[in-house]
Amino acid sequence: MTLADARARAPHLAVAQADPDADERLMLRLAAFCEQFTPLVALDPPGGLMLDATGCAHLFGGEAMMRTCILRAMARLSFTGRAAVAGTPDAARALARFGQEGVTPPGEDEIFTRPLSIAALEAPKETSVALTRAGLTTLGDLADRSSAALTARFGDETMRRLTRILGREDARITPLRPLPECMVERRFAEPFLDLSAIENVLRPLIAEAMGILERRGEGGRAFEARFFRTDGAVAALRFETGAPSRNVEALLRLFNLKAESLADPLDPGFGFDVIRFCVLNAETLAQSQIGFERQSAQEGDVADLVDRLAARFGRERVLRFAAHETHDPVRAASYVYAASPSKPNSWEKPELGEPPLRPLFLFDPPQPIDTMAETPDGPPMHFKWRRVRHMIARAEGPERIAPEWWRNAVGRDRRTRDYYRLEDREGHRFWVFREGLYESETAAPRWFLHGLFA
Amino acid sequence: MTQPLASLRKSLACAHRAATSETIALGAESLDRRLGGGILRAALHEAYAETAADAPAAMGFALALARRALAGAEKPLLWARPEALSAESGAPYPPGLADIGLDPAAVAFIRVRDAREALQAGVEAGRCATVGATLIELFGEARAYDLTASRRLALAAAAAGAPIFVSRVGASPAPSAAASRWLVRAAPSRALAANAPGSAAFTIFLLRQRGGAAGHEWRVEWNRDRGAFEDRTFDASSLSGSVASLPVGGTPGEGAPQRAGRKFG
Repeated sequence: MTLADARARAPHLAVAQADPDADERLMLRLAAFCEQFTPLVALDPPGGLMLDATGCAHLFGGEAMMRTCILRAMARLSFTGRAAVAGTPDAARALARFGQEGVTPPGEDEIFTRPLSIAALEAPKETSVALTRAGLTTLGDLADRSSAALTARFGDETMRRLTRILGREDARITPLRPLPECMVERRFAEPFLDLSAIENVLRPLIAEAMGILERRGEGGRAFEARFFRTDGAVAALRFETGAPSRNVEALLRLFNLKAESLADPLDPGFGFDVIRFCVLNAETLAQSQIGFERQSAQEGDVADLVDRLAARFGRERVLRFAAHETHDPVRAASYVYAASPSKPNSWEKPELGEPPLRPLFLFDPPQPIDTMAETPDGPPMHFKWRRVRHMIARAEGPERIAPEWWRNAVGRDRRTRDYYRLEDREGHRFWVFREGLYESETAAPRWFLHGLFA
Repeated sequence: MTQPLASLRKSLACAHRAATSETIALGAESLDRRLGGGILRAALHEAYAETAADAPAAMGFALALARRALAGAEKPLLWARPEALSAESGAPYPPGLADIGLDPAAVAFIRVRDAREALQAGVEAGRCATVGATLIELFGEARAYDLTASRRLALAAAAAGAPIFVSRVGASPAPSAAASRWLVRAAPSRALAANAPGSAAFTIFLLRQRGGAAGHEWRVEWNRDRGAFEDRTFDASSLSGSVASLPVGGTPGEGAPQRAGRKFG
C-alpha cells in the first residue's frame, strides 16, 4: 500500500519516517531492561527479544508467571507485546509471531507448532509460493513429508528452520552480553528509592558474591552493579581492581568512588525494581592469612589505593614510570598504568659525586629559545625564554646525543643534539641543546630548552 | 585501682605524643637544631616557589624532603600533579628523579585535571598508611586549597603518620593548617671543575613553623649521595653566586670535590 492509498483511507493517519537505527537503540534499551529477568537476552529482529529462561522461571513462580511478569512490565512501559514460551528459540519465535501466545509445556513443541502456517518458516518469497502451490499450508503438512525430498526441493535452510520450530533440534541463543562469572541480585516488592541506603543493599550483595567466589578459590577483577529502574532505564556501574579481590569493604569503596565520579549521578527516578551485582571477571585467588604476612598485606593496601584512585580518576591518570634502554632522553622513560605488571626496572643509579645530569622536568616538545653564544660551537652566554633573558654563569657541555639511526628510516630527519647544562646568575638550572652540528649538518643551528633542574 | 590506670593512660599519652612528634631531620645540623630536630613527620608542609621561575627549585626542595621522609622505608611516594603544569614547567622526568636520589620505581604518579582533584587524590593517598609520603602540586591561586582543605590534609597526615607536601607556584603564602611553610628560590650552585653547575642549591626561608622559630633564611645544598641537606649559608663561594666569583689563584670551584676527568652523561 502506498502512502497516498493509506491517507485516502485514513485521513488522520500520523506519518513518520522509518528510523531503523532508533528502533534498534530502543530494542537494545529494552533488552537491557529485560536482563532483570534473565542474564541471557538476545535481540530477535525485527522488533523482538529472545530471553533464555532456563533456570530462571522458578524465581517468578513458573514459566507462565514469568511471562505475565514480563508482559506486565512491558505494559508499564506502554509497550504491547506478544510472548510465547517454548522449548527452542525458534519455536518460541514462531509461536509469538504467527501462532498462539502462551506457554508450551515441555516436549510438546511439535504439537503446538504443527498448526502454524508456513509463513512461520519466514522463508524467501519463492519458497513460500512454491510450498503453497504444492498444497502445503501448515508446518504439519511439511513435517509429514520425507525430509530428504523437501530438502532437495526447497533447500537446506528452510528444512533446518522447520526442524527447529518443531523442536526436533535445539539451538542456543547468542546473548548480547556474556554470562558473568557470578551474579547476585535483590528484587524489591516496592521500588527502591532511598539512594542513601544503597550501601545497605550492596554490602550484603557483594558479600554474597564474594562468598561464592571464596568457595571457588577465586577473586574478582572486574565488577558491575546494575540498577533496573521501574521506568525501564538501566544504569550500569563498572569498576575494576588491579589484583583479584574478595574484600567487600574495598569493593564498596570503589563503588562509591565510581558513583561519585559519574557525569550524571545515579538517579533512582521512580525507584529501582532490581539491583544486581555481577563479577564479570574472576581469577584464582588463594585464601590468605593476612595476619601473618604483614608485608604482603601492606602491598595490598597500596594496590587498593591504586584501585581507588583509578576508579575515581580513570586508569590513564594513575601512573608509574617505566624505563627503556635507550640513550635517547625522550624515549628513556614512559608512563604506564600503575597497576600494570612491572618488569625488573633498570633505572640507572647516578654516579657518586656527580651533580644531577638529567633534569627533573622535561619539556615535550622542547621549547625554542634565542641564544647568544661566543663561538658557534660553544655554550650560550645568555638566552631568552618566555621573554626573560637568562645570563649564564655556569655551563657544562656538550654532551652529544646522536639520533638513533636505526629508527630514522621511518622518522623525519633528526639531527645530532649537543646538550648543555646551564646555570644562570640567579641559580636556575637548565638543560638546553643545539640541534644539528654546526657546518656539517646545518648552517644555522637552532637552540631548544629541553628541561629544568631543581 | 585508679593509680595503675592513670599511669597507663599517662604512658599511652606519652607514646602517642612520641609518635605524633616524630620528626624528619633535614640532615644539616644547624638547620635541624633551629627546627627542633626537623619537620614533623605526621603533618602537612608547604613549599612556595618565590617566583614562577623558582618552580623547579620548590619542587626539588619538596622532593628532597620526601626523599628524607622515605629514607630506609620501602614505601612509595605518591605524587599528584595537575596536567596544566606540564605545559608550564615540563613533565616529571624519571632519570632526573634518580639524579636527586629518589627511586623512580617507588613513585606513583597521578595526573589530575585541576587543583580540586589534586587535593582529593592527596587526601586519599595521605590517609593510606602504606604510602611513605604524598606530594601535591598546585598552580596559581588555587581556590580549592582553602583552610578546610589544608586541615583535611593535615588530619590525613596525622592519621597515617606520613608527611604530605604541598608545592605551590604562582601563589602568595596564605594561612593554612601546615606545620611548616617554606619560601623557596633557586640558589647558585657551587661550581665544579671547569665552572660546571654543581648540585642543586636552594635559598629557603622558613615562613612558619608550628610552635617553633620562623623567619629564618638558609642557603642549602642537596647532597644526593648522602641523601641530606648541607648548610651553605656561610659558604663564601655560594654567597656571591655569580660568574664573577671564580676563585682567584686557587683551584676552580673551591670546596667542590675535585676529581680528574669528570665525564658527562
